[in-house]
Amino acid sequence: MRHTLSLLVENQPGVLSRVTGLFSGRGFNIESLCVAETLDPKISRITLVTKGDDQIVEQIKKQLNKLINVIKVVDLSEIESVEREMALIKVKADPNHRAEVLRMVDIFRGKIVDVSPLYYTVEITGDANKIEAFIELMRNFQIQEIARTGTVALPRAKKIVKEEK
Amino acid sequence: MRLTGAQIVVESLLKENVGVVFGLPGGAIIDVYDVLYDSPIRHILVRHEQGAVHMADGYARATGKVGVAIVTSGPGATNTVTGIATAYMDSIPIVVITGQVPTKLIGNDAFQEVDIVGITRPCTKHNFLVKDVKNLARIIKEAFYIARTGRPGPVLIDLPKDVQQGKAEFEYPEKVNLRGYKPTYHANVKQIKRAAQLLAKAKRPVIYAGGGVIYSEGASEELKKLAEIYYMPVTNTLMGLGSFPGNHSLWLGMLGMHGTYRANMAISSCDVMLAIGARFDDRVTGKLDEFAPEAKIIHIDIDPSSISKNVRVDIPIVGDCHDALQKIFKAMKEIEGVEWEKKHQDWLEQINEWKKQDALAYKQDPDGPIKPQFVVEKLYELTKGEAIVSTEVGQNQMWAAQYFKFKRPRTLLTSGGLGTMGYGLPAAIGAQVAFPDKLVLDIAGDGSIQMNIQELATAVGNRLPVKVAILNNGYLGMVRQWQQLFYKRRYSQTSLEHSPDFVKLAEAYGAVGLRATKPDEVEPVIKKALSINAPVLMDFIIEPEENVYPMVPAGAPITKMLLGGTVLV
Repeated sequence: MRHTLSLLVENQPGVLSRVTGLFSGRGFNIESLCVAETLDPKISRITLVTKGDDQIVEQIKKQLNKLINVIKVVDLSEIESVEREMALIKVKADPNHRAEVLRMVDIFRGKIVDVSPLYYTVEITGDANKIEAFIELMRNFQIQEIARTGTVALPRAKKIVKEEK
Repeated sequence: MRLTGAQIVVESLLKENVGVVFGLPGGAIIDVYDVLYDSPIRHILVRHEQGAVHMADGYARATGKVGVAIVTSGPGATNTVTGIATAYMDSIPIVVITGQVPTKLIGNDAFQEVDIVGITRPCTKHNFLVKDVKNLARIIKEAFYIARTGRPGPVLIDLPKDVQQGKAEFEYPEKVNLRGYKPTYHANVKQIKRAAQLLAKAKRPVIYAGGGVIYSEGASEELKKLAEIYYMPVTNTLMGLGSFPGNHSLWLGMLGMHGTYRANMAISSCDVMLAIGARFDDRVTGKLDEFAPEAKIIHIDIDPSSISKNVRVDIPIVGDCHDALQKIFKAMKEIEGVEWEKKHQDWLEQINEWKKQDALAYKQDPDGPIKPQFVVEKLYELTKGEAIVSTEVGQNQMWAAQYFKFKRPRTLLTSGGLGTMGYGLPAAIGAQVAFPDKLVLDIAGDGSIQMNIQELATAVGNRLPVKVAILNNGYLGMVRQWQQLFYKRRYSQTSLEHSPDFVKLAEAYGAVGLRATKPDEVEPVIKKALSINAPVLMDFIIEPEENVYPMVPAGAPITKMLLGGTVLV
């Protein structure tokens, strides 16, 4: 099963490598990973999507907790949470198809962020399913390049992941 | 007080009550060595950095204190990796300080530069690269704290040369503040109650105790009390040997791949298993699906990630072994109306029945070649078991585990998790440094001993009278045994035809060399060795193709033991 883990870690060099090294060294999977500073510049949040049966995910969480620089691990799949991902998609938009691409972008509430004679670059935000669906549709128009952020997530209100252990 | 980084290192070590360090200098650590030159800290100069880490490890296992090794950058640092991984797998508290090239050269492929923090990330409990001398004292404080608390383990501090030379105000912190590290010592009382109730219902309980019981101060006394008062038999892992007296009537012996018949049968038939400070290693469980199939499992461990990792546990208890055992004992005392002895009578009788199948029986023909089991038994008998024993890895290690009866914690030093050949001699030296008046004995093989034989010079030079007993069969014996049993006797690269003359080698190092080639020479050689107050290397020429039995083939259920060639079902 797919799990989204939210990690609060110390914002120090080498911490990301400890986290990813743990996954590769123990044969766990990372589907996506996002890191950035939190309000406290000494702390970063890593949002990580992984896959595995219950026992494996349990083990992943315990191993992450064991890392000295990891302050907190929350499995957002166990609680109500909001997940979002952003993608930039450079898609072919020749005069014959421009209107249609534009309409799709509109339906998905995306944005055109760059335009050239032959291409649109589309910004789209949503949960992973929505992004997948949009990419599927865009395939019909020939996707030139794609960049995805991976999932970021937060628990819904009242379930704040406090920045302390 | 403004001090240089190098001075801060030495002052901090003194604050941590470090009396001895093991190491070897080099260009990138020379500043620290310059301060060590007139410090009260004793320095044991090794001949190879791997030896320094194993010595720090042996020192830590024998004393319970944090062992310290100091080495230079590059090859000095990479040479420590096997030692660090050994300590990591067996949860041994050590701090390794490595020199590093100046910070401005890091990443430049400078002379003797290596990313040792990167290399040791997966085999240390934690590691640090010190970039600013202002942080040095705090980092050393944290390193020692992390190494010895929770599930202990090795911590590495990488120290660039300019940080050693830079100056900062020295104040050793009183406390550590690590937001991400708060080990759980106190076992949850609710879980303890559930565990006690389960044990009260058990008809066939077994206690399965590992290294955690040894590392937790006072836990082995609690274990003994618990077993004796509630009539529960105890089996040990290799790492747990010594946590329960090896000559006790409730002791089942070691379990697992080379475990005793009764231990493996008992663990496979028990209805409740109390696992303490053990981690269900594959060498213990054999085939997982058939491991303790009828048992409800209670698992006490200070490391939550050890619980339910390999085997599903019914009652997990995170905490310190001593604390948890005390609480279980108390909780069981509160349970009334259980006649423990009577309740377990049939079970203990059954175990006695299994005991008759003496899986460790062997026959020493007085005119035949020396049997290794005989040597170990004689070592036990002539030392009355009053020794700190280290081992190398392989057959020598298993024979030591099977035939030497360990009665107290911290008397067996062995590389259980990583299985590091070459561990025994330096570990024995480390223990001898800690206990100059105790007998320290390395039970070795002719293959393993050659992996760190250079440390004989360290023993001789520092007047450390370790005794080494080489069980010399001319083979990499354990691999040869596997080849014999599972690879049609195709002895691929396991014969050690060109070994040195160990007696002459010992003499060349300035140690004493003794040899026994016949059974009746074994006792005189040991007696003589024990009478000499200097390092002695005993070369016992043993039966070349003797095997370690019982043996469970890798991946088989642990009841399927090979017993001198016969399969028991």
